[in-house]
Amino acid sequence: MVTGYGRVERILRVWLPVVFFLAVALLPFYWMAIASLKPNSELYNVNTNSLIVYHPTLKHYVDLLSKTSFLVWTWNTMLVAVISTAISLVLGVMLAYPLARMRFAGAGLIAMTVAAIYLVPQPLLFLPLADVINRLGLGNTLTSVILTYPTMLVPFCAWLLLGYFKTVPKELEEAARIDGASRLQTMRRIFLPLCTPGFISAGIFAFTLSQNEFLYALIFLTQTSVRTVPVGVIAELIRGDVFYWGQLMAGALLGSIPVALIYSFFVEHYVAGLTSGSVKA
Amino acid sequence: MTIRTEPIAIGGVRARPRQPFSLPMWLDRESVFSWLMMALPLMFLAALVGYPFFYGILLSLENRPVAQPGTFVGLQNFVTDFHDPVFWRVAFNTFVYTGAATLLKMVGGLGLALAMNQAFRMKNLVRALLLLPFIVPTVLSTVAWLWMLDPAFSVVNRLLIGLGMPKPGPSWLGNPVLAMVSIIAINTWRGLPFYGITLLAGLQTVPPELYEAATIDGAGGWQRFRYVTLPLLKPIILIVTLFSVIFTFADFQLVYVLTHGGPQNATHLFATYAFDIGMGAGQLGLGASVALMMLPALALLIVALTLYMRRSA
Repeated sequence: MVTGYGRVERILRVWLPVVFFLAVALLPFYWMAIASLKPNSELYNVNTNSLIVYHPTLKHYVDLLSKTSFLVWTWNTMLVAVISTAISLVLGVMLAYPLARMRFAGAGLIAMTVAAIYLVPQPLLFLPLADVINRLGLGNTLTSVILTYPTMLVPFCAWLLLGYFKTVPKELEEAARIDGASRLQTMRRIFLPLCTPGFISAGIFAFTLSQNEFLYALIFLTQTSVRTVPVGVIAELIRGDVFYWGQLMAGALLGSIPVALIYSFFVEHYVAGLTSGSVKA
Repeated sequence: MTIRTEPIAIGGVRARPRQPFSLPMWLDRESVFSWLMMALPLMFLAALVGYPFFYGILLSLENRPVAQPGTFVGLQNFVTDFHDPVFWRVAFNTFVYTGAATLLKMVGGLGLALAMNQAFRMKNLVRALLLLPFIVPTVLSTVAWLWMLDPAFSVVNRLLIGLGMPKPGPSWLGNPVLAMVSIIAINTWRGLPFYGITLLAGLQTVPPELYEAATIDGAGGWQRFRYVTLPLLKPIILIVTLFSVIFTFADFQLVYVLTHGGPQNATHLFATYAFDIGMGAGQLGLGASVALMMLPALALLIVALTLYMRRSA
């Protein structure tokens, strides 16, 4: 452990900055939580101490679940996130495996293209894509976002998996090849089962990104019944100048829970992916 | 199936002369296997990224009201952009927003990484909690900030008034300058953990012997940071910064939720302005031209980062 610091110095050098960063990071979530538990009389009272809830109530949660389509939005968000993550992992593997293991003309160019597509931000594409989705008659269907989310997730998964695949030793595959397995068999039976940690990392990222997506969902999904949580919350709990603050905060909190839960189970994979994705050296 | 084919050397595969064609063997070639495997994802990306990209360029050359056929107008949309004072305001905003937020994230992230690179209890828990702003859906955490900066019930103002500032306190999202300050601060809040945790991973790879050697040579704390830590972190700082610049430059969600580009266009960015013109006013062509104006800067950044990732991968 760190030695040579006195107790006071240790508090100043170690805990002061750490607690400061923690407080800044978490305060908005605390704020969200207590606002969602306050009755309106407290929420809109300028004179009470707003850091504390005096009469906690679940009214906003009850209203959110009974008076809005929040549960439908949650179901839509989950469905879209799970399907687009699955599609992206499969397509990502189909790109990453040949790039990691095979030698063929054009491999470098494809790898560069995939990386470049990963870096293309959505605002560059959303207008033409909106027109494409309209012409395909996919407006206001979950298919529209299930199809478009993988445009960002496939290059991302491919890039992350490519980095992971290169760290897996080749010997087992070579042995399988000598035993007469075809390339496809080698990949499916021998190689892919070794890569579960890579899939978990890429999967969590893809899932988190799908849950976070806003622009495409905002444009393609304009009916209550097909909306996802971020769009539903923004479009239906803020009406003109009227903000349903209690429900907004309850919705924001409930909407964050799935991501936070999955993240907390796999936090080590997440950090590993985060640091290997860009810091890959 | 017995047609004799000339052996063709595809992808440098050694041709096997005089062997009858066999499908499994053909499929076993590295190049054939690779291209067949990649065909589906590549076609998918071509259809939904490649095609929209070029279609967007075409759109930007058209006068194209929503739900009506377009007419080709050449560079007219871009001329309109250049004569639009709001467009220049948007360009200015985007550069200020990207520059300030990136700088804050870099300095703050380095501070966070250095703070976390010390030994203390419950470090993994602290690291997990610090990353929360980055993983929670942006729109949802931004709603919390919207409430925290609300003109009537802002907790930030209540704290400031408690510290002696005169009532009613600043109007964070109603004043053009303060609105820009607010979106920069919130973008920093959200992106800083990404910076911090990535740099932390970099810091942990610095061999302790280097610090020991520097200390023996008489280097103080600052000198160790300046001459050992910083040079070794440089590649990581560069990559993370390029990442951050690209996604801050093209930010949409945060501004859409907090200010919708207001007050008086003071916080409009390229993405939100293109959205307003394309979706709000239904001018797809003009909107596409505004979005495309991001391309030169973005292309430069993307090429730089792609080459760099390629080199270090």
